[in-house]
Amino acid sequence: MSKYHLNINGTPKTVNVAADTPLLWVLRDHLNLVGTKFGCGIGQCGVCTVHIDGVPTRACLTPISKVSKSQITTIEGLAKNGDHPLQKGWQELDVPQCGYCQASQIMTAAALLKKNPQPTDADIDTAMAGNLCRCGTYLRIRAGIHRAAEIASKESA
Amino acid sequence: MNSTHLENAGRRDFLRKSALAGGGLVLGVYLNPADSATKQVAKPSTILETAEFKPNAFIHIATNGTVTLISKQPEIGQGIKTSLPMVIAEELEVNWKDVVILQGDLDPVYGSQSAGGSRSTPTNYEEFHRLGATARTMLIQAAAELWKLPATELIAKDSAVHHLASGRQLDYGKLIEKASTLPVPAPEAVILKDAKDYKLLGTRIGGIDNPSIVTGKPLFGIDVKLPGMLYAVYEKSPVFGSKVVSANLDKIKSLPGVHNAFIIKGGTDLKGLLPGVAIVADSTWAAFSARKQLKVVWDDGEAATESWAGFTAKAKELSTQPGTEILRNDGNVKAALEVAVKKVEAAYSYPFISHASIEPQNCTAWYKNGAIEIWAPTQNPEAGQKIVTETLGIPKEKITLHITRSCGGFGRRLIPDYIIEAAAIAQQIKEPVKLTWTREDDLQHDQYRAGGFHFLQGGLNDQGKLIAWHNHFVTFAHKIVKDGKTTLEPGSGANLSGDEFPGRWVENCQLEQTLLECNIPMGPWRAPRSNVLAWVFHSFIDELAHAAGRDPLEFRLEILGDKDIIPGTGKQDLPYDVNRMKHVLQHVAEKAEWGKKTFPRGQGQGLAFHFSHRGYIAQIAEVTVSKEGKLKVDRVVVSTDIGAQIVNLSGAENQVQGSVIDGLSALMFQELNIEKGRIVQSNFGDYPLLRIADTPTRIDVHFLKTNYPVTGLGEPALPPLAPAVCNAIFAATGIRVRQLPLLRTDLSWS
Repeated sequence: MSKYHLNINGTPKTVNVAADTPLLWVLRDHLNLVGTKFGCGIGQCGVCTVHIDGVPTRACLTPISKVSKSQITTIEGLAKNGDHPLQKGWQELDVPQCGYCQASQIMTAAALLKKNPQPTDADIDTAMAGNLCRCGTYLRIRAGIHRAAEIASKESA
Repeated sequence: MNSTHLENAGRRDFLRKSALAGGGLVLGVYLNPADSATKQVAKPSTILETAEFKPNAFIHIATNGTVTLISKQPEIGQGIKTSLPMVIAEELEVNWKDVVILQGDLDPVYGSQSAGGSRSTPTNYEEFHRLGATARTMLIQAAAELWKLPATELIAKDSAVHHLASGRQLDYGKLIEKASTLPVPAPEAVILKDAKDYKLLGTRIGGIDNPSIVTGKPLFGIDVKLPGMLYAVYEKSPVFGSKVVSANLDKIKSLPGVHNAFIIKGGTDLKGLLPGVAIVADSTWAAFSARKQLKVVWDDGEAATESWAGFTAKAKELSTQPGTEILRNDGNVKAALEVAVKKVEAAYSYPFISHASIEPQNCTAWYKNGAIEIWAPTQNPEAGQKIVTETLGIPKEKITLHITRSCGGFGRRLIPDYIIEAAAIAQQIKEPVKLTWTREDDLQHDQYRAGGFHFLQGGLNDQGKLIAWHNHFVTFAHKIVKDGKTTLEPGSGANLSGDEFPGRWVENCQLEQTLLECNIPMGPWRAPRSNVLAWVFHSFIDELAHAAGRDPLEFRLEILGDKDIIPGTGKQDLPYDVNRMKHVLQHVAEKAEWGKKTFPRGQGQGLAFHFSHRGYIAQIAEVTVSKEGKLKVDRVVVSTDIGAQIVNLSGAENQVQGSVIDGLSALMFQELNIEKGRIVQSNFGDYPLLRIADTPTRIDVHFLKTNYPVTGLGEPALPPLAPAVCNAIFAATGIRVRQLPLLRTDLSWS
């Protein structure tokens, strides 16, 4: 067990865990940030996606010992009031079915929009390729990203 | 601290809170548990039989006007937590923005709480109208008494009662004190709204939990956290039902963070508590890490010899022999095949597949003083309670079961194996504990969609008419003891009804069945049976249409024939409304411009239809297959008839599009191999699901409004997808797909 100082959603946190503990389980079990989900443990489903220094990353494959100098953002910290354009667009278009993967879809999409504010369907398919949705909401995910791009462009205008 | 609060409503808690809120109105009304809608197909409206009545509490109105409604069915992504309360809100005349919805715990006052078979809507729809309308009637009566006016002069609108003549109005919050003193009106005094006056039903309403979903709030079973909670894993043999001989428990108990490790003897029921080793630790990762060092000696038994290759060879061998059962025998199929001008023969097969909900099975339990409290992502809370009583001897009244939101059910969460495992561990350690399965546990210990083999023959006369249909179905079965005798019974979802289309339509029709014994768990997978039978039968019908040189739509319409209703003859006894099916079929053909478009080689349209779960659905798929054999589904058009009313248009459309994508995912990729009694695949790396790039470019959904009882939409839109796509592949390439998944067939062409 070792002590790790972390920066999560702009707040410093300290945890005492084994060095090989994945960030996913630190978030879920130790910090009560359960918006980041467990699905496969091998980086195949994407439901554990968080941002590490702005880059969408699989928390299930990220040992805690590797991220103590990084800025970690989870769905809980994506926007202060839960009003990121993607969070608005998702609710407007009623994207979720069960909702389990949706926070991770939003995290991956947020990184896409930051790099590419007006993505095409093809850009979306490439960026979102690592995020599974078992309910099959992919058409609404595409539409939700386009809608968020629209909301963001109006907000910045 | 550290407890993750899920907003559930225990009934006692709900009533207590209601009392605290200052004498709000908790409406005691009656709910009819009769499942009568399932047996009706041709009547214009659901007529509920009056069976046993039970008082219930679903509606609470606070003095500040907030309306709290209980959702009794588990929310598994089908949208029921939003849609059923919409029905109450419609009749109650409240503004949707004023409505709060709480998930009800398992409680007999709510009636059945199992969400399966697309039944939640049809079995509750009428009753929920009555719940809302009864409350509205009482609020109007309260205003009438306060104002000393006849109730007939008053109307309810926007969470208030209005007297239009004088312009007076009273908000519901101000009426509840009076209303709660009134007797519940007789059913005949309660008038339901006319559908033309609906403001909410049929509109697009976002999921009630969407704000929590998009901000990552705790909602799901796996998110539950209790004070002082421990974390468990449970290792079972990869060979189903093997017994534990020994395990290195001392070593495991010495590992960091591990609190306890023990063997659970378990039983032989594949849907129950199976033998295994539990590890309890102070975090999920400590439990997962310790498990990597666990060494168990298993006694595997005879199941360890089973393999998919072995089953396939056996099925082929059996196909040349007569079936052991005759499910249907109309006319003389042998003679008809002999006189047929054209005869077509084909063998179709499909593998076992998994449900693969992304949230692995999990359950939290806390045993203290002979009672147990359970938090479960379940479709079937009653089954969870029952198995805990039967296996652990905890009486029903000492079991509290909280239903959490579930990541997809797809039928998997009807089976309570993970609930009994958590409860058994909790009973042993007497501390709050969450059991979490790994993805590998989930994939290797599912209640699988059974594989199967169909050996088909069809005969056409000189007019190209289908005159003979013969099928020898080789399917999987478990050994069971019935009336003291050991017998074989088809696995759940592995059976075939003799009534299944075209079973009642072809004059010479023989359906034979042979059972293959296996030890693999089988369970309902979204649209059980239908999810594969529609593929086999509509693919073979397509083969016959092409052999006859006829248009596949016209050929199918001829088979459907001119009778309005085809009565049920088999065990399921379901009448089939031919007109409803022809209606959706002709509708989808028109919308997809069937026969009016020309496609270059490599592109084409295919169609299929299916009746299941009281829904009539037809689909047309348009595909592009590259010369290299890469498939792209360009468009799927879906026409549905699920009755007189779509409850939530947004949710309904989501269900249909999701069904199409789920059907395509299973068709394209999913298969499990079995070797030495074990499932070979272990995670999403070797068990791929469909990703966004393979999603159809367009899925057009049409709801045909008819005068029939309202029904559910979780399942019936899935079955026609696979045959529609495979028939389109044939139209595009001339390649007929007879084995699932699609990646087993080379689709390249030149």
